[in-house]
Amino acid sequence: MATRDRLTEEVAGLDALDLPKAPRVRRAVRLWAGFWPKIAALALALGLWQAVVWSGWKPTYVLPHPWTVLSELGRRVGDGTLMTAAGITLRRALVGYTLAVLVGTAIGSLVSRVKLLRVATGSLITGLQTMPSIAWFPLAILIFKLSESAILFVIILGAAPAIANGLITGADHIPPLLLRAGRVLGARRLALYRYVILPASLPGFVAGMKQGWSFAWRSLMAGELLVIIARKQSIGVQLQVARDLADAPGLMATMLLILIIGIAVDSLFFGTLDRAIRRRWGLMDPATS
Amino acid sequence: MTATLSHGPAAHTKAAEAAVRVDAVSKIFGHGPEAVQALDRLTLQVDRGEFVCLVGASGCGKSTLLHMLAGLDSPTAGSIAVEGRTGLMFQEAALFPWLTVAGNVALALRLRGVGRAERRPLVTSLLEMVHLEGFASRRPHELSGGMRQRVALARALAQNADVMLMDEPFGSLDAMTRDLLHAELERLWTERRFTVLFVTHNVREAVRLADRVLVLTSRPGRLSASFRVDIPRPRRIETPAVSALAGEITEQLSVEVRRHGHA
Repeated sequence: MATRDRLTEEVAGLDALDLPKAPRVRRAVRLWAGFWPKIAALALALGLWQAVVWSGWKPTYVLPHPWTVLSELGRRVGDGTLMTAAGITLRRALVGYTLAVLVGTAIGSLVSRVKLLRVATGSLITGLQTMPSIAWFPLAILIFKLSESAILFVIILGAAPAIANGLITGADHIPPLLLRAGRVLGARRLALYRYVILPASLPGFVAGMKQGWSFAWRSLMAGELLVIIARKQSIGVQLQVARDLADAPGLMATMLLILIIGIAVDSLFFGTLDRAIRRRWGLMDPATS
Repeated sequence: MTATLSHGPAAHTKAAEAAVRVDAVSKIFGHGPEAVQALDRLTLQVDRGEFVCLVGASGCGKSTLLHMLAGLDSPTAGSIAVEGRTGLMFQEAALFPWLTVAGNVALALRLRGVGRAERRPLVTSLLEMVHLEGFASRRPHELSGGMRQRVALARALAQNADVMLMDEPFGSLDAMTRDLLHAELERLWTERRFTVLFVTHNVREAVRLADRVLVLTSRPGRLSASFRVDIPRPRRIETPAVSALAGEITEQLSVEVRRHGHA
């Protein structure tokens, strides 16, 4: 049929014209564009630090030169003390955070589904999130003594509400049109939850997990300073020991390690996950991704 | 070309042929003095395999009626009967952004109970029907508005609906894309002969597509006139026959709209 062929051609032509064409940027160029501002910011921070030291505001045994701290960091990483400490701390972080994700997801999905629970506990969850995690430690120590459990307890209390809240907000922000589309296709109750609500709330959930991680990491550091367990040379213990010995370079080297781990997990893991989702959903400008 | 004008309920008597029957349906939103009557004792019928367009100004309850027919809402009074499965297309494509084009179509099949093995060839043939076979692995945001609406059409077809309800599905598209989609829809309907109830405020679009055009009054929505369209298919929107009948229907609509200006 001649008309059919013409229609097909016309459709194909219009489609070709309609498709958004993203400018292709070379990978190396793109990576460099994301990389150099970070390096510049780091250099600026080190420069400021050096300037403060040079100003003679504090003696160098209290506020050492950046170079002294960096070489101390290198030495401690090299001889293994900080690596062992990081190992102990990261294991706690992993266990605590995993438990927090499980608890937070369970609470979040229940509360987002059941309206009564929602009304009853919605503000409580947000309230828990604003509670400084260090305030939980006296109670945690009373209940669990000076033990790993006390630390894990506070990590869960710190991170789970953020994760639950992420899931709840994610479910709240689903466009009603998508829910209607799901129902028209025949998805009801559990099927609607599985095929529409759950995937649609994924961006909010990931944002909550990301926030939960930073709460967990903070709670863990507070915990390791308060709950000192014998023969467990964690990062927190290193920090405490360095302070007791007035070892400023050692103290600041340990702090740098804490910062590096926090940033690495946040940007490498959550950053990548978040970008992948946003790219998939088309929530990102292709030129900057 | 003939246009038959009949006031009141459509003069169709063969009940066995009806795919959609709306009988004295009223819909009231809210309660007390703030209640809004969207539909008032609306009665209409769509025969099996018929293409009916519903035109009316804002506030005639067109979308309300479609939502009730799709089972998303229920009437305050009166009865509704739809024969077989319904599919509904919205003004926006309403595709799921986390799924690919193929995934969106496949989900409709899956929710209909089609097994995994059968889904793949069905998705391919459905995408071929809307000329999108080359875009199966794209995400909705990578497509143009017209292409997205075609995916939505393929998804609605995947439901294997006997009655296709369309709520201004081409309202937000540019004229050229819309013309092409009219041709596509007409071709698919000619091949597969499902029943269509198509809501629009564009009178020419209604005449271009429909076997019968129903005009609704506004606030509350009531049937005001019915026009039979006997222009041979395939039609084109710019032909004099389409324009002439569209002019007649527009006149009827403007009488109705002016009535609200006096009130």
